[in-house]
Amino acid sequence: MPQVTLTVNGQAHTAEVEGRTLLVELLREKLRLTGTHVGCDTSQCGACVVHINGESVKSCTTLAVMADGANVTTIEGLAAADGTLHAMQEAFREYHALQCGFCTPGMVMSAIDLVNKHPDGITEQQIREGLEGNLCRCTGYHNIVKAIAAAADVMHGKRTEIARAAE
Amino acid sequence: MYDFAYHKPASVADAVKLLADPDTKAISGGHTLLPALKHRLNRPSALVDLSGIAEMKGIRRQGNAIVVGALTRHVEVATNAEVAAAIPALAYMAGHIGDVQVRNRGTIGGSVSNNDPAADYPAAVLGLGATVHTSKRKIAADDFFLGMFTTALEADEILVAVEFPIVDKAGYAKMKNPASRYVMAGVFVSKAGGAVRVAVNGAGPCVFRQADMEKALAANWSADALAGISQSPDGLNADIHGSAEYRAHLVGVMAKRALAAAG
Repeated sequence: MPQVTLTVNGQAHTAEVEGRTLLVELLREKLRLTGTHVGCDTSQCGACVVHINGESVKSCTTLAVMADGANVTTIEGLAAADGTLHAMQEAFREYHALQCGFCTPGMVMSAIDLVNKHPDGITEQQIREGLEGNLCRCTGYHNIVKAIAAAADVMHGKRTEIARAAE
Repeated sequence: MYDFAYHKPASVADAVKLLADPDTKAISGGHTLLPALKHRLNRPSALVDLSGIAEMKGIRRQGNAIVVGALTRHVEVATNAEVAAAIPALAYMAGHIGDVQVRNRGTIGGSVSNNDPAADYPAAVLGLGATVHTSKRKIAADDFFLGMFTTALEADEILVAVEFPIVDKAGYAKMKNPASRYVMAGVFVSKAGGAVRVAVNGAGPCVFRQADMEKALAANWSADALAGISQSPDGLNADIHGSAEYRAHLVGVMAKRALAAAG
């Protein structure tokens, strides 16, 4: 069986996989990182989004063997060691950007990549278009967009805290 | 998904040797092949991962053309400064394929080789009159796309790059399915001197050139020239997303939008 060596959330792992093993299966079933979800399993919904070398990808449509040597970040890798949430996670909580929460890990991972790709600031339109690969069936997206805008301001150093009182 | 052996060759020559076995399939981004394998539409005994082949990577200007290596991902074409300056319609097209995550993995070689009727890239390849470079030969776009999911590529032949001529004007417009983001009908127009090309994707079983529109636009490069031309629905795709008549109508609308985008 093929062997895969990769770094997940800063930790090196080596695992035996089948050729057909998906990255999301390796993460969830072998490494027990179940924060990454499988929604549609057809590369449309985005619940399985993780970062490979800093870029958002759908881990249900990536073979584990193809991530050999890669640096993978999942939702579990965002918070600081002391439990302090990433600005994007904090913003999703503050702006009530989730209801059932199923799409949230993928939304947060896509949102961080999106904000990182717009270092000079991001418009509401760019946020809405940038979420085209993530489906949410509860929120109507409105609060997700607000949360990402607020987190972007913090990530870009335009404001220091997520709290809505800061608006 | 059935299991398969996995190979990752480092050169085109080694990949071609592995692909000589008819039970093997090539994979690069995997964003078409893996969904197909999940549906068990295909059962290869082995996948040949092309992503480690350095000679198939990169974007370069070569004379009056932009040559895009087969492993180049859509995000790279969409954000490449040289492409944006030379053929902005190509960058626009690549930046509107699928969604962000699809563009972060999907490659030009995979999209063009697969020739999905609802894919974007075939319209740009045919609409710009590009040349497909393979492990054996060079193939003109007009001779490359043969039918639904069918190209001139032989079983042991790999697409290694696509050479896009730099044209005077080009534009692309599509109507996409709001759920799948696949093309319902799209039109890629280009003008190089007196030569005009109009390629239609999504609407039919295979990308095709719209000869009536090409003739009209060669005589008069303006939306007025398209006014009297209607696309026949004969042979166009009809499914739950739209009838052949609806797609035929969309071809006319998208042609005008593509022309407006080209300026």
